[in-house]
Amino acid sequence: MQLNEFLILAAFLFCTGAYGVLARRNGVLVLMSIELMLNAVNINLVAFSAFTKNVSGQIFALFIITIAAAEVGVGLAIVLLIYRNLHSPDLDEVDQLKG
Amino acid sequence: MLENAWIIPTLPAVAFVAIVFFGKRSPGKGAFVGIAAVGASFVASCVAAGQWIQRVDNATGKSEGLAAFTKGVVSAGGAHAVQPVTESITWWQNGSIKFGVGTFVDGLTVMMVVVVTLISLLVQIYSTAYMRGDRRYTWYFAALSLFTASMLTLVVASNTIQLLVGWELVGVCSFMLIGHWWEEPANSRAAIKAFLTTRTGDIGLMIGIIILFFTVGSFGIGATNLYATSGHAQHAFLLAAAVCLLVAIIGKSGQFPLHTWLPDAMAGPTPVSALIHAATMVVAGVFLGARLYPVFFNGFSIGHGGVNAMALVGGVTIIIGAALAFVQTDIKKVLAYSTISQLGYMVMALGVGAWSAAVFHLFTHAFFKALLFLGAGSVSHAAGHSFDMREMGGLRKKMPITFWTFVIGSLALAGIFPLAGFWSKDEILVNAGKNGYTAFLVVGLIGAFLTAAYMTRVVYLTFFGEYRGHEHPHESERAITIPLVILGALSVGAGLVNAAPLGLEKIKDWVQPQVAFPHLNNAAFDYPKAILSVSIALAAIVIAGYYWLRRDELRAFRGLTERNALARSGYQFLVNKYYLDYLYEDIIVDGIRGAVARASYWVNQHVIDGVVNGLGSGSTRIARYTYDVIDQRVVDGAANGIALETDRAGAEVRGFQSGHVQRYALVLFGGVGLLSLALFLINIH
Amino acid sequence: MWEQQVAFWVLAVAMAAAAIGVVRSRNIVHAALFLVVVLAGAAAQYILLAAEFVAWVQVLIYIGAVVVLFLFGIMLTRAPMHDDAGALDNDQRWGGLVVALFVLGVLIALLVNAFGGKKIHFSNALVSLGRTSHVGTDIFRVFVVPFEVVSMLLLAALVGAVVLARKD
Repeated sequence: MQLNEFLILAAFLFCTGAYGVLARRNGVLVLMSIELMLNAVNINLVAFSAFTKNVSGQIFALFIITIAAAEVGVGLAIVLLIYRNLHSPDLDEVDQLKG
Repeated sequence: MLENAWIIPTLPAVAFVAIVFFGKRSPGKGAFVGIAAVGASFVASCVAAGQWIQRVDNATGKSEGLAAFTKGVVSAGGAHAVQPVTESITWWQNGSIKFGVGTFVDGLTVMMVVVVTLISLLVQIYSTAYMRGDRRYTWYFAALSLFTASMLTLVVASNTIQLLVGWELVGVCSFMLIGHWWEEPANSRAAIKAFLTTRTGDIGLMIGIIILFFTVGSFGIGATNLYATSGHAQHAFLLAAAVCLLVAIIGKSGQFPLHTWLPDAMAGPTPVSALIHAATMVVAGVFLGARLYPVFFNGFSIGHGGVNAMALVGGVTIIIGAALAFVQTDIKKVLAYSTISQLGYMVMALGVGAWSAAVFHLFTHAFFKALLFLGAGSVSHAAGHSFDMREMGGLRKKMPITFWTFVIGSLALAGIFPLAGFWSKDEILVNAGKNGYTAFLVVGLIGAFLTAAYMTRVVYLTFFGEYRGHEHPHESERAITIPLVILGALSVGAGLVNAAPLGLEKIKDWVQPQVAFPHLNNAAFDYPKAILSVSIALAAIVIAGYYWLRRDELRAFRGLTERNALARSGYQFLVNKYYLDYLYEDIIVDGIRGAVARASYWVNQHVIDGVVNGLGSGSTRIARYTYDVIDQRVVDGAANGIALETDRAGAEVRGFQSGHVQRYALVLFGGVGLLSLALFLINIH
Repeated sequence: MWEQQVAFWVLAVAMAAAAIGVVRSRNIVHAALFLVVVLAGAAAQYILLAAEFVAWVQVLIYIGAVVVLFLFGIMLTRAPMHDDAGALDNDQRWGGLVVALFVLGVLIALLVNAFGGKKIHFSNALVSLGRTSHVGTDIFRVFVVPFEVVSMLLLAALVGAVVLARKD
């Protein structure tokens, strides 16, 4: 199989995730989109692991899965905090740093 | 100790951790731990300095002996040049690039560690009294220890990456300490301003380091200097790196136009200001200039007499800083602007090829500026924690130790013979003149005039006249006065280290590197120039003193003239046109009368009176002109103009800062896409 | 070989469609379910790439834990669970679309230029590479320090999440 088939699938997932991060208003949906991007990276790593016959890529993917779990935990806590303080999960409301 | 120099920064770093975790339960609430660590560090630094001096003396002794033996064939700085002591271990490796961590010990390093640890030690001792009862007392000492450790890391760094780490740590620590009393919004704003302004310069440092890495192929400081002094260095790259590093110096050392954070940084506790201004924060920039001097020297072609960016920045800063010092009513802000101006001297000295003079000035300035800040802190400690000079005055009798040490510091800063500041400032001026930078010599002399004048004003407003505050000032306690006395002694004596006419040129012998260093000609001591600069400073003191006396007359209070016999007589002396009228009219005219009398009377009225009147009104006019035009119009105007322009530019840019994080993300992704496209198009061929 | 190829394309199309579903769905619970499809598809792709252990970890952690966490998040923030046109998107969706497509174009151009024609060769060696025993040996021999650091990170995230979400 072509290496590029996996890589372009990953690129597509990554850009879809990026679109979600940019265009979604709800904090939870933004976090889901970030998961899409992280998964794209994982597919890349595993594909390169198979391409180079080196297990390091798979181990990095495992680390990323772990870190993604931690990130979702903290991220959802932040969204919850935003919801509690601003009474809305929408990131549009968070503009206290406006210049 | 030279091989184990890593101990010096490690001790305060360990103290930081210890204070953070166990400080509240340890004796002295953490203060003793900090003082003990930095004291041990100071001892270690002194040992290192002794060993370094030994090493240099051995090497020179050997080469002299050999030279005598072979009838002078061995050239100075040739075969027996003293090598710096470098120790390095690989921290991590990425591909073929090694990132080391280690120590690079030479004369400059040794001098800096001694100064930094000494000032830090005195500041910590001082702080035990000054900060007593503070709500974050323990944390304060932890932060001071980390501050010292960061600066020492920067100083002993063997490669630019390590230097960058120390540099950033220094920035973070100054942020923490300037904002120590963050409950006051102004203080936390000042901290953020200091951090962000210096960060602007740090970008220059990072880019400069990267340029140097790709030019030299190594992060090592020794390797970089060796490359820059070798004949085959690529000048364009050195120039680019030098410009970037100069931006870093401008940011960190408060040079024009990034000097604005320094006066605001006075929001921190006074001992912190002393530390920032004398030893840790702002001298980091000058140290960078001195450490990587070959890069600047060859990048800016300093040896060739033309005007270069470095000297220009320093020269402009001298004048701007000194002029701004006049309009301040806050004693610490006067000192802050004075630091800006003095750092200008150092940067200018580097820019005109006077390396040892710059380093020497850094050395002496550390002592008298720390002294002045600690003195100002002592005054405010006594006078109800105010730094407003309008609420001081007349403290001369009430706090004699503070008064005398402050006067010594002021005189040293003004460059009066034979105090420390005289030797170093004079060396800068002489070298500027000798290397063909006459314009900068003049700038330096103007700076000397202004420095002496504003320090006279500070001393007068604070210590003379009548007390205008509402407290009951008293002399501070021992923990405050002892550091003052020690620093006072150093402010008197430190200049002798490099007092050229006495045959002492230890900065040149011990500190100036002998390998990988451009060939500099240090100018010999120049009596006419020295006398000129001292007389300019003295003239400034007299004129400023006169001006402030006259201001008194205009105002309601006339404390000085009524309370002090000497000042009153001096004042009367001036008011009465030096008593020449009495001499002529009462004694001579009354005594002789007649033709001679009439003739003398005519001479008196038309010639001598004219001269006297002219002198008197002339100096008044100069003083008034200084106030009206320079103070009020030029300085204020420039400050307001810059502020207005910044405001306008800010208003245009602020629309971009919508506060919506997703808007930023949109721009980020777009930028990444564009950069990737650019990379792709460049590499596609 | 063609079986693999077919499986890849079936999975890829399903994943792409589900990914678009995640970012375009008007119902937030549906978006979470679409995410499950993408994650499961990724796990299947790992199996295709002979990364057996990673695939099962993906299923356990992502589908088992992370998605459940998301559903809790949806519940706790009382997100609108009915179809509500536009309320989940902000006003820069067209800008976002342009940027995302632009980045996708650049990425595809870069990948084709850099890795065009490179093939993954499947063999027994590759299959044994992804086995749990092999991955485990490598984690605990070569990557043991990062492994410990990650455990610290998880602890820190746990504490951080508790501190953030706590009501006081």
